[in-house]
Amino acid sequence: MSTPSTTTYVLRGVRPYGTDPVDVVLADGVVAAIGAPGTVEVPEGAHEVAAQAAAQDGDSSGLVLLPGLVDLHTHLREPGREDAETVFSGTRAAAAGGFTAVHAMANTTPTQDTAGVVEQVYRLGQEAGWVDVHPVGAVTVGLDGEKLAELGAMADSAARVRVFSDDGKCVHDPVLMRRALEYVKAFDGVVAQHAQEPRLTEGAQMNEGVVSAQIGLTGWPAVAEESIIARDVLLAEHVGSRLHVCHLSTAGSVEIIRWAKGRGIDVTAEVTPHHLVLTDELARDYDPVFKVNPPLRTAADVEAVRAGLADGTIDIVATDHAPHPVEDKGCEWSSAAFGMTGLETALSVVQQTMVDTGRMTWADVARVLSQNPARIGRIDATQGRPIAVGEPANLTLVDAGATRAIDGRTQVTASDNTPFGGMELPGRVVATFLRGRATVLDGAVVDTTSSQSNSWNNAALEGAGR
Amino acid sequence: MKHLLTTQGLSKDDAILLLDTSAQMAATQSRENKKLPTLRGRTVVNLFYEDSTRTRISFETAAKRLSADVINFSAKGSSVSKGESLKDTALTLHAMGADAVVVRHWASGAAHQLAHAGWLDAAVLNAGDGMHQHPTQALLDAFTIRRHLVGRVGDDGRGADASVGADLAGLRIAIVGDVLHSRVARSNVYLLHTLGAEVTLVAPPTLVPVGVETWPCRVSYHLDETLEQWQPDAVMMLRVQRERMSGGSGAFFPSPMEYSRKFGFDARRLAVLPDHAIVMHPGPMNRGLEISAAAADHPRSVIVEQVANGVAVRMAALYLLLSGDIASTNSSTSSTSTSTSSSTDERTAL
Amino acid sequence: MHPGSRMPESSTTPGSTSETPSDTPSTAPGTAAARTVLGEADIARALTRIAHEIVERNKGAADLVLLGIPTRGVQLAERLAERLAQIEPAFSGEFGTLDVTMYRDDLRRQPTRAVGQTVLPGSLDGTIDDKVVVLVDDVLFSGRTIRAALDALNDLGRPRVVQLAALVDRGHRELPIRADYVGKNLPTSRSERVRVRLADVDGGADAVVISGAPTDSAATDFAGENAAPENAAPENDADERSAR
Ligand SMILES: [Zn+2]
Repeated sequence: MSTPSTTTYVLRGVRPYGTDPVDVVLADGVVAAIGAPGTVEVPEGAHEVAAQAAAQDGDSSGLVLLPGLVDLHTHLREPGREDAETVFSGTRAAAAGGFTAVHAMANTTPTQDTAGVVEQVYRLGQEAGWVDVHPVGAVTVGLDGEKLAELGAMADSAARVRVFSDDGKCVHDPVLMRRALEYVKAFDGVVAQHAQEPRLTEGAQMNEGVVSAQIGLTGWPAVAEESIIARDVLLAEHVGSRLHVCHLSTAGSVEIIRWAKGRGIDVTAEVTPHHLVLTDELARDYDPVFKVNPPLRTAADVEAVRAGLADGTIDIVATDHAPHPVEDKGCEWSSAAFGMTGLETALSVVQQTMVDTGRMTWADVARVLSQNPARIGRIDATQGRPIAVGEPANLTLVDAGATRAIDGRTQVTASDNTPFGGMELPGRVVATFLRGRATVLDGAVVDTTSSQSNSWNNAALEGAGR
Repeated sequence: MKHLLTTQGLSKDDAILLLDTSAQMAATQSRENKKLPTLRGRTVVNLFYEDSTRTRISFETAAKRLSADVINFSAKGSSVSKGESLKDTALTLHAMGADAVVVRHWASGAAHQLAHAGWLDAAVLNAGDGMHQHPTQALLDAFTIRRHLVGRVGDDGRGADASVGADLAGLRIAIVGDVLHSRVARSNVYLLHTLGAEVTLVAPPTLVPVGVETWPCRVSYHLDETLEQWQPDAVMMLRVQRERMSGGSGAFFPSPMEYSRKFGFDARRLAVLPDHAIVMHPGPMNRGLEISAAAADHPRSVIVEQVANGVAVRMAALYLLLSGDIASTNSSTSSTSTSTSSSTDERTAL
Repeated sequence: MHPGSRMPESSTTPGSTSETPSDTPSTAPGTAAARTVLGEADIARALTRIAHEIVERNKGAADLVLLGIPTRGVQLAERLAERLAQIEPAFSGEFGTLDVTMYRDDLRRQPTRAVGQTVLPGSLDGTIDDKVVVLVDDVLFSGRTIRAALDALNDLGRPRVVQLAALVDRGHRELPIRADYVGKNLPTSRSERVRVRLADVDGGADAVVISGAPTDSAATDFAGENAAPENAAPENDADERSAR
């Protein structure tokens, strides 16, 4: 068998960004040709990708070709919590979900707050070979919110860190936040803030409102998120820095971002798939699978973040994929860990909430799940590229006409804590290509690859230590 | 009735059935022989993750008066305190053949999880979960209110409780104090409303939850105004935890003295009430903080009676949970049963 | 919580005081003709006769306590008390109610029953010690209700004598229990249903009605004497579930 990187693929009758069907040839890690069906020259022995899926229902109208998805917010858990996820298992899940790059959040054990740890995670990602892994650096040492971590060292490391976040915790000290915003300007970094005023959320378990009042769980008020976002956009404006707001979840947060952008502040914002569809009503049965931070909000908030995503106020969808072992979820709500998995359902949720509702096109999906996150993470030289001849063949082929039942136990991620278990979601990733190599084919991850066969030909990352 | 987890969603018929059964249980408790054979051979586990000797003893007494075997499983000195999960404990109780589990837990929803997570098939009786619910407390409160304000024992001339079958329509109940953290308040608001009473919560705004607007009650920040103008038939004082007044900037009110002045119940405020009004407290009381000794010990205080009624109410709950369990299992699978209406939809029932 | 305990009478067998075996499908209305075996006058005569028998047997009505077993036993006790007061002017005319629910042996196997009231005649001062207690029930069948009643009585005190009056004895006893006073002995098949209707409970005229086909094969099987005790039909089943 030829090495994967040299396999030539032909994608027949696929629709880039949901537009008219074309045939696409992938060779030597790049998009080699695009043309009307039957018009492109297909090299001898090229692997036909879409033929099977297209033949099944007689037409390929559902086969949408997107640039490989980029997640700006993934918890891979390694090092430290390999019982929940490893870099290998998490990135394999990412590939299954159509991703070709993920940003690995810093709240590992030890924390990703030194060049050594970020390089370890970076190397684990390379060895796994499922997606590009870009470690996020901690803003403060140990995520303690007290002392800046060596941001420069992480930026200069082999991992070339550009996104810094204490995610899981908020950089709540305004002076420290100001310093971080200023400091990362030197290497075009960005601080990704987990906006949670700590005093307003002591012991918080779920969104504060009608449901929390009835079911007796301590509330996580919207204002605890909004007040930090408001402060941070003003700080960013004052020091002329760029700010990224993680997983905003409230209508008020959308308003603040809209206002800040109107004012010219260099802020970007993300929403998670779960905040696009799930509400705090789900807490009523006390199933900790619905416990997440920030918490599921109200239906009005869901509508506001959908509107914000549709009108561009919210720049990206990021998964906040947060795997947890069963014992951290099979317990009292108050004792349970925050977080839910999302890599394998993100695209489906975006399709269901934004595309199938007519609020976004597939080109918009490519923008919020690939181009924008790549740009914010400063990996847009290689990821989030246009689907065009000569571009890196980082691509995702989704059968938008398919539906699938979600079952946490059969997902690729090592953890079961999907909030969508038992639900039917639209869309199915048929194939994922990382620099021309198939990580997913016919809807299944391609396990023949290994670190040895991973061709890491990213020029921008040349010289990275192996 | 499979579980008793919350008063929210409890139907009026079921609530009255619980109160009526409590009345019959109470009648047996004035006999020389207080023990009934009803639950002979059944096992009731008291699973207590929170210290509450009063509540545990009340349930234990109720179960024993019905001849059930009682196992006390408390967090102290057991595997529970060594980090055993709720799930493992539940599986253990299942293996032991518990017929009913009375659970007191610091976590809101723990009783719901025990009942619905599939870990055990015993009836679950919520004896207080976090800030959520404490249904038997609300039932004993409603029972006490009904006996005092609706019918008196012996009124029908034959020694029967004349309040049997009655609801609480038209009665006004003020619930005063730390509503935010109170499972007693949450349980009472829904039960009293279901029974037709009007409820006003009285508390400083810091101790009223955000989201209270959907509760079937009104909210007042002023005790004196409520007592004078609304003239409640019963005043239920809630315990104020000492920790609510500490915590510096996180304290819920400025000082105990200010709280007492504005929200404490004393003889002066008692005098404002109608002559028939009663004073209630779920206990344990902070005398001098939310209630004065004079008010607590006043003839119109029914606080001690609440404790006694607790046993009867818990007997009723245990009886209704543990009788008919085979029949209801059968009826849910057999369309030919004559008792189809006994099939239990626990999700909508309790 | 299921509403079985407050089941409207119309949902099963209206006014039935007979025993419907718990695992036997109830006979659909109209599949078997109901026949009235005792009419209003018959019932009145039977009660009057029982009242006289009680006086005769006990040589008066001294220390006599009538306790009706809910629901129709209570009405019958009330009627007996009226008659006794006429026969024996010294008799107070009082009667009591003895709820046996919490003493039953089939609580798990039947839909949850509402617990009824136990009320002793006010003149007793709360004790039945050394009294002559006459339990009053409408239909005597397996004897299990009376067994429960004897246990319930035991918790109330120590009567000198306990006697049993039943309007109808339909046989099929499962315990060594017999009635001291019977309005009418009624040979029945197990599958048949005996319903006592009383004007003050059920409306209409007083009547004892039998329904259900005695030749029903399933019923014949069930009627086998080897039927397990737990299959035994409780007495006053539907009746008590709809008490009050
Ligand atoms: Zn976060």
